[in-house]
Amino acid sequence: MRVYKVLKKIIHLGAKGLARSVSVDLNNDASLLIDIPDALCERDKVKFTVHTKTTLGTFQKPEFSVSRQHEDFIWLHDTLVETEEYAGLIIPPAPPKPDFESPREKMHKLGEGEASMTKEEYAKMKQELEAEYLAVFKKTVQVHEIFLQRLSSHPVFSKDRNFQIFLEYDQDLSVRRKNAKEMFGGFFKNMVKTADEVLISGTKEVDEFFDQEKTFLLDYFSKIKDATSKAEKMTRSHKNVADDYIHVSATLNSLSAEDSTPLKHLEKLADLFEKLRKVEGRVASDQELKLTELLRYYMRDIQAAKDLLYRRARALADYENANKALDKARLKSKDVAQAQQHQQQCLQKFDTLSESGKKELTSFKGRRVLAFRKNLIEMAELEIKHAKSNMALLQGCVELLKSN
Amino acid sequence: MRDELFCSLFYITVVTVLGISGIDMAHKAKNHSSPSSPEPASLQVEDVSANSNGPKTAEILIDDDQDDLFAEATEEVSLDSPEREPILSDGPSPAITPVTPTALISNRIEPKVIGVPSMFERSLDEVEEEAGGDLFDINISVSDPEKVGDGMNAYMAYKVTTKTSLTIFNQSEFSVKRRFSDFLGLHSKLASKYMHIGYIVPPAPEKSIVGMTKVKVGKEDLSSTEFVEKRRSALERYLMRTVKHPTLIQDPDVIQFLESSELPRAVSTQALSGAGILRMVNKAADAVNKMTIKMNESDAWFEEKQQQFENLDQQLRKLHASVEALVCHRKELSVNTASFARSAAMLGNSEDHTALSRALSQLAEVEEKIDQLHQEQAYADFYLFSELLGDYVRLITAVKGVFDQRMKTWSKWQDAQVMLQKKREAEAKLHLANKPDKLQQAKDEIKEEIEEWEGKVQQGERDFEQISKTIRKEVGRFEKERVKDFKVVIIKYLESLVHTQQQLIKYWEAFLPEAKAIA
Repeated sequence: MRVYKVLKKIIHLGAKGLARSVSVDLNNDASLLIDIPDALCERDKVKFTVHTKTTLGTFQKPEFSVSRQHEDFIWLHDTLVETEEYAGLIIPPAPPKPDFESPREKMHKLGEGEASMTKEEYAKMKQELEAEYLAVFKKTVQVHEIFLQRLSSHPVFSKDRNFQIFLEYDQDLSVRRKNAKEMFGGFFKNMVKTADEVLISGTKEVDEFFDQEKTFLLDYFSKIKDATSKAEKMTRSHKNVADDYIHVSATLNSLSAEDSTPLKHLEKLADLFEKLRKVEGRVASDQELKLTELLRYYMRDIQAAKDLLYRRARALADYENANKALDKARLKSKDVAQAQQHQQQCLQKFDTLSESGKKELTSFKGRRVLAFRKNLIEMAELEIKHAKSNMALLQGCVELLKSN
Repeated sequence: MRDELFCSLFYITVVTVLGISGIDMAHKAKNHSSPSSPEPASLQVEDVSANSNGPKTAEILIDDDQDDLFAEATEEVSLDSPEREPILSDGPSPAITPVTPTALISNRIEPKVIGVPSMFERSLDEVEEEAGGDLFDINISVSDPEKVGDGMNAYMAYKVTTKTSLTIFNQSEFSVKRRFSDFLGLHSKLASKYMHIGYIVPPAPEKSIVGMTKVKVGKEDLSSTEFVEKRRSALERYLMRTVKHPTLIQDPDVIQFLESSELPRAVSTQALSGAGILRMVNKAADAVNKMTIKMNESDAWFEEKQQQFENLDQQLRKLHASVEALVCHRKELSVNTASFARSAAMLGNSEDHTALSRALSQLAEVEEKIDQLHQEQAYADFYLFSELLGDYVRLITAVKGVFDQRMKTWSKWQDAQVMLQKKREAEAKLHLANKPDKLQQAKDEIKEEIEEWEGKVQQGERDFEQISKTIRKEVGRFEKERVKDFKVVIIKYLESLVHTQQQLIKYWEAFLPEAKAIA
């Protein structure tokens, strides 16, 4: 796998781009600064270097780095989900698994088609492929980075003990990670979640705020999921067009090299297509970053918000059950105090959940609107910029051809 | 010019005479073409006698000047003398072709055979000049496809409009209705008349049974509309290329095609007709011949050019394939953008934040406009770039065909030389034998045969030189045209790309304030 060898070198990536796009006001609290400056790609595994700078006394050192794998992030996310105290909070969505499937498939196809291409064409396609690998790589690093930064910028999560271990523990975390049994437990949990969906859509909501949020989130989730997949397809088509320009450019080059008649403009045309494809490629990747990634991220975030609603619904169900139990106990005059205490607990839990839930959901909306605004503006500006440079290239070539 | 017309006239009559008496010999001489080849060489005489009735009246004049005639006939005949070519064509459209040459020849069958109307001469020169120079003013458009008839007998009729200032036409603007098989018929006639003497005849658009069946059956969907448009555009380009050729535009079949309101149906263009099957047989025979003829190329120019065209062919095919892929992907992009636009609109509806909701709806509208843009660009990709390449791939096949014709001509010449040699040997044998009575008769026969073959050898050499000369001229013209053609179309194509980018800028600049308005 030659391309893998290229990526094996450590790539320096800054905390920019996606981080500031999908969620504003992350990582500006100097007491706890996290970033992922480097990452290594080994076969299928990506090893992230998590770098922390802190002024908090809870940590042993003011600055340190550890090496983490994707599974470590998932472990951290799941422990947060399972923590009772956090039931009333939106848990930042887990970063998706690094997916090199698409460029890998392309590389396979490229290998097969090598014989039918000129050397230059092959080199350019390989270049494109390497760029794509790099893009996927960058994206996965940034999405893991955002996850950590959302935790670090949250007043509650930043103090989480497991989070601290994740950042600090200088050994391999695999001991603490899920084993097979726990993974099965995770699967079971997903089944319960589906039951929850039925539960909350069935439960009558008294609180108007939550009622509205429920309707909105359920509908919005399905729409944004659809929009994400359509945006993905659109971006992929764009990349295909950019790739086609490579082939056209390469063949025009061979044509102009072999042609003895004065078709000098073929060479210029080949050059033009080569430049155009770079711009088109950038259009495709910018669109992916600003639009597709945005939608993808918020799709996961909305799922996290929905999870909050489920937990609240479950708490409500628990409270209602506790009420029924109390009534039964009163009837039987048995364990009334116990039942009453249980009922009180449930009520309290439900109230806390509702209160923090409301806060979380309101700030979530604000975050979402801001992120969309930022990305849509940036996308429009980039589209204009690229279209202008395309136009300049094209008009230049037309002038050149006309003047000959 | 007059002398040449005179020579060619006499030559034709001589050939006719020979043809009448020596049809059997002609048969034997044709060992390299299939017996009923529709493609007449200058030595195939049956067609001439069948079609024209003019030359026979001139028989009386020949015998005295036979030797002189041949001496003069080695001069170069004008390439553009039209009255020679129509006679040599076979007749898929018998109704028209013989009439014109007869008329032309009867002009000149006067007591003074040399009296060629000078007016006619001048107009030929003028046309050629017009054709070659900047005054070449003719424009053809193919439009208004109309379905005629029903079911499997239905066909599309296209309106062919010609606008010109050339004097070979009766009017300056006129139109006729033609169907696809008419175009194929025209091409078939032109190919049979001109290809074997080295002219590059632009190929007609390809048939498509699938495409046409859909149209016939009456499917009014997008693919059959696109098919008709593709065909219409191809027919237009075909006609324009044909009339741009200075020789072809003067051909009576071309003029008739453009001008006359009624055209006899070209039945022989159907794939399963007798003529169609004949064509297939001939194609196979040609392919075999190509492999067996080993030509001693004495002229490096031809070798170079052939190699050049081989390379060009390969490269163009590759480029064509790449552009076809581009068209496909751009169409996909358009479809996916439309799909995303709809999804974004739904998302906007679902969004409860008012300003964001509006922005998302605006985004959906922008993307919808952009999908239209992509679709239009895909059309430009296809109709300008891809079809240009496809046309040239086919044209180069025609060029290669013309080179093959030269090989055949050479081969015929060689064969005639071989035959002549055989006859001479036979004569020598006869001289050695000693049987006085039968001998004299045999000697006379052999002498005649030798003369005949000497003539054929000389004709073969002439033909070979002629076709070589024609090909050089044609290739030169082709290269010039190619450069011009590509330049014009590429500029148009790039301008379409520019337009797309301009529109993109417009749409996104309109969207930007909407995005900024989200609060």
